[in-house]
Amino acid sequence: MLRVKLKRYLTIYAALWKNSIVREMSFKANFLLWIVVELLWFALQLSFFAVIYSHTDRIGTWSKWQVVMLLGASHFIQQIFTAVFLTNCTQLSELIRTGRLDFMLLLPVNTRFMISFRQVDLGGFVNAASAVAVMIYAGKQLHLSPGWEQILGFGSLAAVGIVIHYALMFLLASVSFWTVRAQGIVWGYYNLFNIARLPDEAFRGLFKAFFTFALPMLLIANVPVKLLVQKLGSPFEMFLLLGMAAGCLVVSEAVWRMSVRHYTSASS
Amino acid sequence: MRKYWHVINIGIQNTLVYRVNFLFRAVFGLIPLMATLFLWRAIYAGKESNGEVAGYTLARMTSYYLLVTIVDALTAVAEDDWQIAADIKDGNISQFLLKPMDYMAYRLCLFGTGRLIYTVVAVVPVTLFILLQREYFVLPPDWGTFGWFLVSTVMTALLQFFMSYTMALLAFWVLEVSTFIFILFAFEYIAGGHLFPLDILPPVLAQALEFTPFPYQMFFPVSIYLGQTAGATLWQGLCVQVFWVAASYSLARFVWSRGIRKYAAAGG
Repeated sequence: MLRVKLKRYLTIYAALWKNSIVREMSFKANFLLWIVVELLWFALQLSFFAVIYSHTDRIGTWSKWQVVMLLGASHFIQQIFTAVFLTNCTQLSELIRTGRLDFMLLLPVNTRFMISFRQVDLGGFVNAASAVAVMIYAGKQLHLSPGWEQILGFGSLAAVGIVIHYALMFLLASVSFWTVRAQGIVWGYYNLFNIARLPDEAFRGLFKAFFTFALPMLLIANVPVKLLVQKLGSPFEMFLLLGMAAGCLVVSEAVWRMSVRHYTSASS
Repeated sequence: MRKYWHVINIGIQNTLVYRVNFLFRAVFGLIPLMATLFLWRAIYAGKESNGEVAGYTLARMTSYYLLVTIVDALTAVAEDDWQIAADIKDGNISQFLLKPMDYMAYRLCLFGTGRLIYTVVAVVPVTLFILLQREYFVLPPDWGTFGWFLVSTVMTALLQFFMSYTMALLAFWVLEVSTFIFILFAFEYIAGGHLFPLDILPPVLAQALEFTPFPYQMFFPVSIYLGQTAGATLWQGLCVQVFWVAASYSLARFVWSRGIRKYAAAGG
């Protein structure tokens, strides 16, 4: 039964992918230009740290190439998130406003699945590849030779990070059911992504606590990278990341269901 | 002349509607600022006490970023370029061709009112933040310096406006200007001193940048305030800044005349 359901959803997802590819290819120049823009911003961040590390050799216990690895990893996570989820989260308020959500609620498919996976931003995958390239280069500079378990561990933790971004952003997008200001809040959250690019040791106090236990920006990229460069003293942080992911998903789903219930009862 | 006062009046009224959005943006913008300050604090902590980075103590570095925030509030082109591009794409320019009003002057008035309202709204959160950081906030050496800082800031505003205006005019030729606007913004962000003070760059790079208008955007007024640019270098710098303002103004006029010719030829 579960197998059939899974196959069905994968088929639908494949169709959504094809749709997205067709649409993107009709705007080829734009597609390429956006990749250029993202590469430029990535290069900008790398330059920032290149300049900083010409004046120091440590930030806390983070060396230059460890920070480059961190930048690559957070860029990777951000780009995969952008490719798979971002447009869909930001479009939720449009769907509500134009009434298209009503149509989607009627479909015999889980609505949240349809909304979350509707569009794919292929450029994100290209940018993610550039991030991986940077990570590999940094790994070489650090003389790292990670085993399969470490790479798998990194991949899984990165995926958990993406799930956290998705859960939180979808949660914030669900606020569109209640107010018009949701777009601004969603983009505000996206701006916070940049904090995930910074080494957690730089932060203290309330700021650090908030971005670890409330909006876990400081966990998302830091934990997987620390696993890879062997900075993790204990598995505590990994469990913290997993715990936060579970928590965010639960809250996100609860808010979604509550919002839809409120919405459907109001309009019927 | 009176018609432009009218534009300013309407501009203020229209922009006041967005005062809550502006407040959000101003407050939200403090978060990445805090993150950057934390980062620098960690960098300085790694050096001996009273260490310096390219002549900047922690206090001056902190002040640099606080001043950048202030200058940014006063001079940043937030929505104007998108609106100009939209006006061109939607054909709203046509009505301006019939009216005895110069579109650039009109847009300049709206830019001014937008910045005015934003600054008024942002004054409270930004001042509070600066008060929290007051032990690191450096005051200008004297009133004269502060005066020149203000003059330079006004020129920065003009320079940024003319450059963004010219970019937005690409809408006459290209369907999607957003990528070009973002590319310009990326260059302004790093080469303009928004990301870090330009004099921590290796001298060769810093000198190369002197051939571009970018250092005369964010970096120049702030360096005046911090007393780094004084005497002969101040006069020289101001002349160069005036040159760039004039050059970007001329370019804007030129691109406009070409664009209008194409626009009119298309039957707009």
